This record gives sequence, C-alpha cells and structure tokens, in this order.
Amino acid sequence: MSQLYSFLPMLLQGLVTTIQITVVAAVIATVVATVCGVIRYSGWWPLRAIVGIYIEIFRGTSCYVQLFWAFFVLPLLGVTLSPFAAAVVVIGLNVGSYGSEVVRGALKAVPRGQWEACVALNYSTWHKYRYVIVPQAMRLAIAPMANLMVDLLKITPLVSLVTISDLTYEAMVVRQQTGNSFATFLTILVVYFVLSSAIIAVFRRLEIHFSRGAETFATNKEAAAT
Amino acid sequence: MTGKTNLSIKAVGGTGSSQVAEFPYRETRLAQSADKQVEFRSIEKRYGHHQVLSDLSLSIKRGEKLSLIGPSGSGKTTVLRILMTLETIQGGSIWIDGKPLWHEERNGQLVKASQQHLRRQRAKIGMVFQHFNLFPHMTALENISQPQRIVLGRPRVEADVQALELLDMVGLRERAHHYPAQLSGGQKQRVAIARALAMKPEIMLFDEITSALDPELVEEVLNVLREIGRTSDMTMLLVTHEMTFAKEFSDRVLFMDGGRIVEEGEPDQLFSAPTQDRTRSFLRKIIAAGQRI
Repeated sequence: MSQLYSFLPMLLQGLVTTIQITVVAAVIATVVATVCGVIRYSGWWPLRAIVGIYIEIFRGTSCYVQLFWAFFVLPLLGVTLSPFAAAVVVIGLNVGSYGSEVVRGALKAVPRGQWEACVALNYSTWHKYRYVIVPQAMRLAIAPMANLMVDLLKITPLVSLVTISDLTYEAMVVRQQTGNSFATFLTILVVYFVLSSAIIAVFRRLEIHFSRGAETFATNKEAAAT
Repeated sequence: MTGKTNLSIKAVGGTGSSQVAEFPYRETRLAQSADKQVEFRSIEKRYGHHQVLSDLSLSIKRGEKLSLIGPSGSGKTTVLRILMTLETIQGGSIWIDGKPLWHEERNGQLVKASQQHLRRQRAKIGMVFQHFNLFPHMTALENISQPQRIVLGRPRVEADVQALELLDMVGLRERAHHYPAQLSGGQKQRVAIARALAMKPEIMLFDEITSALDPELVEEVLNVLREIGRTSDMTMLLVTHEMTFAKEFSDRVLFMDGGRIVEEGEPDQLFSAPTQDRTRSFLRKIIAAGQRI
C-alpha cells in the first residue's frame, strides 16, 4: 500500500487529464447535440439531411475506430490534430450524435400549443426557442443527457489509444510497476464512481432549476386549498 | 390587361398550386372600403383531401364583435387559425387594413409573404386558445410581461406595470407570482386573456375559450370578455358554443357548416328566426342539449 503512495502523483496526473477531457468533450457534445437536435427537428431540409448523415455515421461506428481515424487517417488527408484535440472532438461528436436525438425528442415533446402561443404573440424564431421551447425541452432532456455524460466519462479510457495518459492508462502503468492489481484498480474504481456521481449531482441540480412551475401533485393541492 | 397595371395572386401553400386566383390588384385596394378591417376572399383550405373551407368570403368591420357558431368540424376554428397564421391557405386571400396577410407585393406580383411581412401583419392580431397555452415555466406575471419586453421592446418596469394592471382587470393580481400549474382553469384562461391584451392587438381572436373549463368556471371568464367588450373598441372574433353569450355579446353571428357560411345575421334575428334549415336543426340540437338561447 505504501508503495502505491509514491505513485499517487502519477494517478493524480491521470485524473486531471481524464477530467479535462471529460469536461471539454461534454461541452462539445452539448453544443453539438443542441444545434443538431434543433436542425433535426425544424431545420431546412438539406441541413437536416447533412446532420442525419453525421448522426448515422457516428452512432453506427465505434468510438474506438473513430479515434483511430481522427488520429491516424486524417493526417494522411492533410488534417493533423493534437492527441488532446482528436480525443475531445471524437468523443464530443460521438456523444453529441446520441445527444442530438435526445434534444430532438425533447423538442418534439413540447406541446404544440406552446409553439402556437409563440406565433400568436409574434415571437421571432430565436426568441421562441430561447425563451419558450428550449427551457421546456431542457427539463425533458436533462435526465437522458445525464446518462450520456456518465457514458462519456466511461469511454474516456479509449484516449490512451491516441497516446494520452489518462487515469486508466496511468493505473495500468502503476499496476505494472507495483504488481498491486487490487489496490490500483480499487482506487480507480472508486475515483470513476465519485466522478460519475458528481456528474449526476450537477444534472440533478439543473433538473430542479428547469422544473420551475412543473405540474406536481403538491402544487395542485396547494392551489385547490387556497 | 398589361402586367404593369394588374397584379395576379398566387396561391399560398405547397399543394394548391393548381388553384391560382387572379384578380386586379388596384381594383381590390379600392374595393376595400375604409370600415372593412378584415376581409377573406374566396378562401380555400384543405388538409390533404379533406376540404375544410371552400370559397369562403367574409368581411369584418373595425370594432365589430362577431361570433362564429356551428357544429364541430364546420371550419369555424380554422377561420381563426388562418387569420392568426397558424395554418396556411391553399387559395384565395385575406386582407387586413387593405394589405394582404398571406401575400406581399414584389416586382408587380403578389407573392407568398415573407416572414417579416407575416410578423408585421401578425402584430395587429392576438389570440386566446381553448387550452390556454400559458408558458408553464413562467409565473402569471412573467407570462404577461415577457412578450411585451421581447416582442414590443418595452422596458421591464413598464411591462411589469402593464401586466399587473391587466391582472387587476381580470381579478388575479394576488396570483401574479403563481405558476400556471398552481392556477385553476378559469384563472389560467384569464391570465391568457391578459397576456394577449398586453400586446395591444387591434383584432382579438377567441377560440372556444370556455370549452375546456369546468362549468362553474365559465362565467368568470365570460365576465372578463364582457368587460373587454364594454371598455374597448377592438375587433373581436369569437368561436363559441355558449349561445346565450354569443347572443348577448355579438353584433353579428355567423353560422357555419361543412366549411361554408350557411347563414349570418344579427344575433336576435339569427337565433329567433333563422332562415336556413341547417341553422334551425343546429339550434334545435343545442336547445335539446339543455342550453338556453
């Protein structure tokens, strides 16, 4: 165990890398999911077709292969990405492709009357999405998005394929040097669990924030009582 | 007929291209007399093969209170929805203050209206829906105040003051900070009316606004309508099943059936001495269902 202490800085280094990749890829995935989800729902048809092709490609092939493409094949086509850039772009686009379907479904679930009220009140397209549709879709999209973000965290160990030393990779190194499989893997098991719990906690807070006014038994009872 | 002096109208909407109504533009503008605020000209509306409105023409005077009655599926709600631009039309044209709603003039032709044109024209019209359509994530106050801020560009304080005044008028000032889910149906509908009024429309459309309410809540909403009718000179179009109210409230009543206007007249005449068989049989059914007319 004491032996493991001396390797703690390595594991910490890996943890920082894992967190960096998770956060940056999650931001990319969220932006991609939102933009592509809106286009898939209501966009001009050529854009909708392009986004559809992107989604099918990224959902239909494995993240493992996509990483190889981004890092080893794209340079042959004249596009060179740093390992970090390749990792976050591929993971972001991969999770974003699933996310855009979540966003599309959430938009579709906003009742038709809400869209019609926006027309009757003469909202511009931007204001309609910004103030009425997206806030309501958010509430519906947050729980499935939380799952996707936990998945995102759990595919980050793939980045070691493109020479990045993340938490899992560092753990493998430590295990080889100390021979202590049990302690090493127990450590990262706990660390990943804590990280995903943190992601879920963040999304839980978001869900509460976006549930303002949501119909509940309690509020109805309160209204009936007053 | 030269292309310079005459403009032709193209049908709006994808499927109706075979139906191109043509008439001289100048003449139409002159024909639009000053007291006609809204005019429907030979409107055709279809959903697929189902004809909802056929060759419907109708003009509405400024300040007129017009009720549309008729059996469900008669097309009366569709009249309101195409005026609010919630539905496209396949033929004909609609004119508001002498300007086309679904068309605009470009290079000597009336072509399908752009979004900007629709938004300009839409600003004159407000609508209250059967199912309220309040924004559930905003309080009553925000529901009324936000559209004023972002669509009309009013400052927050002014919009909030206006919203509170309107809430006062509909008797819900103390509910200002309640969310729609915390309000009863009648209260929601009164907030929705206040929200539409806050946008200062010249024409208000009320689409079966009491149909989704429990019977004991209908009257509180109708009272708000009475108050508006008494204090404002807005043009008001009402689709309703409340015959007593339609009789008392409107200047003119239109009976629709099968996508056409079967009969129209002053409420006293239409309700007590209808001239058409279909109107008579409809009113008989209404009375049989227990409504007093």
